[in-house]
Amino acid sequence: MPMFTVLLESLTGGPLTEPAAPLDDARLAALATRLDAAARRRLGRSLALRHVDAGSCNGCELEIHALSNAFYDLERFGLRFVASPRHADVLFVTGAVTRNMREALERTYNATPSPKWVVAVGDCAFDGGFFAGGYACAGGVDAAVPVDLHIRGCPPDPAALLEGLLALMESSASP
Amino acid sequence: MSVTAGLIARGARVEACRPWPRSIVDAVVWREAAGHLARGALILTGLWGEPGRIHLALINADYSQPAILTLDCPDGRFPSVGQRHAPAIRLERAVADIVGLVADDAPDTRPWLDHRRWGLAHPQNGSGGDAAGPAAPYRFLAAEGDSLHQIAVGPVHAGVIEPGHFRFTANGETIVRLEARLGYVHRGLESLAAGAAVERAAALAARASGDSTVAYSLAFARAVEAALGVEPPPRAHWLRGLMAEFERLANHLGDIGAVCNDAAFVLMLAHTGVLRERVLRACAVAFGHRLMMDRVVPGGAAVDLDPAGAAALRAVVGEVRRRFPVLVALYDETTSLQDRTVGTGRVAPALARAFGAGGFVGRASGRAFDTRRALPYRPYTMLEFETPVREAGDVDARLWIRIEEVRESLNLIEQLLADPPTGPCRADPAAGGGTGDAKGAEGVALVEGFRGDVLVWLRLGADGRVDRCHLRDPSWFQWPLLEVCVEGAIVADFPLCNKSFNCSYAGHDL
Repeated sequence: MPMFTVLLESLTGGPLTEPAAPLDDARLAALATRLDAAARRRLGRSLALRHVDAGSCNGCELEIHALSNAFYDLERFGLRFVASPRHADVLFVTGAVTRNMREALERTYNATPSPKWVVAVGDCAFDGGFFAGGYACAGGVDAAVPVDLHIRGCPPDPAALLEGLLALMESSASP
Repeated sequence: MSVTAGLIARGARVEACRPWPRSIVDAVVWREAAGHLARGALILTGLWGEPGRIHLALINADYSQPAILTLDCPDGRFPSVGQRHAPAIRLERAVADIVGLVADDAPDTRPWLDHRRWGLAHPQNGSGGDAAGPAAPYRFLAAEGDSLHQIAVGPVHAGVIEPGHFRFTANGETIVRLEARLGYVHRGLESLAAGAAVERAAALAARASGDSTVAYSLAFARAVEAALGVEPPPRAHWLRGLMAEFERLANHLGDIGAVCNDAAFVLMLAHTGVLRERVLRACAVAFGHRLMMDRVVPGGAAVDLDPAGAAALRAVVGEVRRRFPVLVALYDETTSLQDRTVGTGRVAPALARAFGAGGFVGRASGRAFDTRRALPYRPYTMLEFETPVREAGDVDARLWIRIEEVRESLNLIEQLLADPPTGPCRADPAAGGGTGDAKGAEGVALVEGFRGDVLVWLRLGADGRVDRCHLRDPSWFQWPLLEVCVEGAIVADFPLCNKSFNCSYAGHDL
C-alpha cells in the first residue's frame, strides 16, 4: 500500500525537475576550440561520464550525486555516469590528486578511449586548494592528466556542475 | 575511583590540557591501560603520536571521564596496545607511517597510510627521514584452502564514491575473507595544519570529511576554545546545534535512500534524494552554503540566521515531517527489500563494544554511546532527545537507527527553532585573552557527527598558530567491523553492507 501511495503521488504531483541555466558564452567558446569536429560528430549529444575521486574530502561527491536527483535529472541531457573508464567519454575528476592516487588516476585516463575529455571538479582539483604544497598531494588534476574544463567551487553546487557539463556538451556537439 | 582517574593519578599531570586530564605515565601504567582495554574496562578513543611521545585517549566502560595518557618514547618505541587490543592495530600502523614511532611486539607491522609514494618517510617527524625507496608489494592477510580465489576491487570504484581497495578471498560466491586497504586519499592534513594559523587549520579540519564538515569544524572549534578558555555566546551554541542536526538529517536521508538503492530499490533513493536536496537548499538559504562548510568557527558561528533563513528551515522541517512517514512505511512494508537487509551483515554486539564503534554502526549492535549524552555539550545540555538502540546488528537495524535519528533530529531542530537566544554569534576574541599568549595550551573535544564520534586534539603554538593537531574519524573503529560482518556473505551483499556502514575514506586517510 505505501508503494501505491508513493507512486500515485509521484504521478499526480507534477515534475520537480528544473530547467537548466543558460550557458556561459565565454566558457562555450573556450571549450569549442579544444574539440575537433570529427569528435563532435561521433559523440552527438550524448556523453558518458566516469567519476574519479583522486583525493577529495567527499564534498564534491555529494554534489555530483545530487545531479541525479529529480531536481537536476542529469540523464535528460544525454549525460550519464558509467561504471568503467572504458565506457567513458569524460573523466570527472575531484580532489587534490594525492600521491597515493596519482597512478590510479593515470591508469584510469589511459583506460579511457579517445576522444576523451577531463573535467576537473572543485577547487582542490583546480590547483590543490587547501591541500596544495604538502608532501601528500601532486596539486591539481593537470599535474597528472591534461584538463579540458575546470568547474570551480568548494564544492561546486549541482547547478554549477550542470552548467559546466552542458557547456562541454554544446561544444562537443556543434561544429 | 574510575579506571581512567586511577591511571591519570599515577602519572605526572599536564595542566595545559583541557578539559580532559592528560598525564605522562611510565610503561608499566601504559601496559596496564592496554590490559584494561583488552578486558573491556576502558574504551579506546584515540591513539596518535608526535616525535618522541605517544598519546592514548580513553573513556571508561560506562562512557564517563575521558582521559589521555602520554608515554615518552625517546628511543622511538612504545609497548604495543594493538597486541592486547585489536582496535589499536591500524592506529599504531598509522603512527609508524606518519611519526615513525614503532610499537614493540605489534601484531601487524605492514605500512598503512604510507604507500611509499610521498618521497619521504614519517612526514610528521621533525627530524625527517629518507624516502623509503620503492614499495614492496602489499601483503594481504592470508586465506588458505581449496578452491579459493581473490577479487581485487578499487581504488577506483564503479560508482561515485571515494577511493579504497577491497581484497576479497571467496569460495565461489561466498566471502571467506575481506581486507580493506586504505590511505589513497591521504592528503597530509595534520602536517598542513601543524604551524598553520588557527583559521587555516580550521578550514583544513572542515575538509577532513566533506559529509561531516559541521561535526569536524565543531570539534576543532571546541578544542581551540577549550585551549584558550573561551566560551562562545548562547546564540553560537544554538546555531551550531541547528547546523549539526541539519547535517545529520541530510546525511541520514541520503543514506536511507542509498542503502535501499544498493538493494535495487531505486524508488526510495528517488524520494529521499528529493528530501535531501530540499534540506541542502534550505541550509544554503539559512547559512549560505549547502553543506555548511566553514560556518562553525573557533569562538562561535561565522554566520547568523536571519528571519528568511529561519523560515526556510521551518518550511523544510515541515516538508520532511509530511513526506518521511510514508517512506518509512514504504520500507517497513516492502518485504522483498527487507529480504535483502534483514540478517545481512550482522555485527555482534560484543564486537561493536570492543571496538567502541560509534554512530549507527554501534547503536544497531546494542552500543548506546552518544557523545551528545555521554559527554554533553551545548546546546544539547538543554534539549530533550532519545538515542535509539537496536540489537540485531544487521543492515536493517542500521537503517532503522537512521530512520529513528531522522525523527530525533527533527525534534531537536524544532526545539531549537522554538527558542532562539539573542545576542552575538561569536565570542569576542579579546574576552578569553586571545591567542597571543596561548603557546602550549592544549584542547580536546569529542563531537557526535552523523557517523559517530569525531575526536580533535590540538596544541597551540605562538602567534595564534596551531603547533600540532590530531583528528580521529569514527570510521577507524567501524571499517574493521565491515570486514568481519561480510564473512560468509555472498559477494553481491558487500555493496549493501558497505553502504549500510558508509564509512569515511577521507576522514580516515586525512
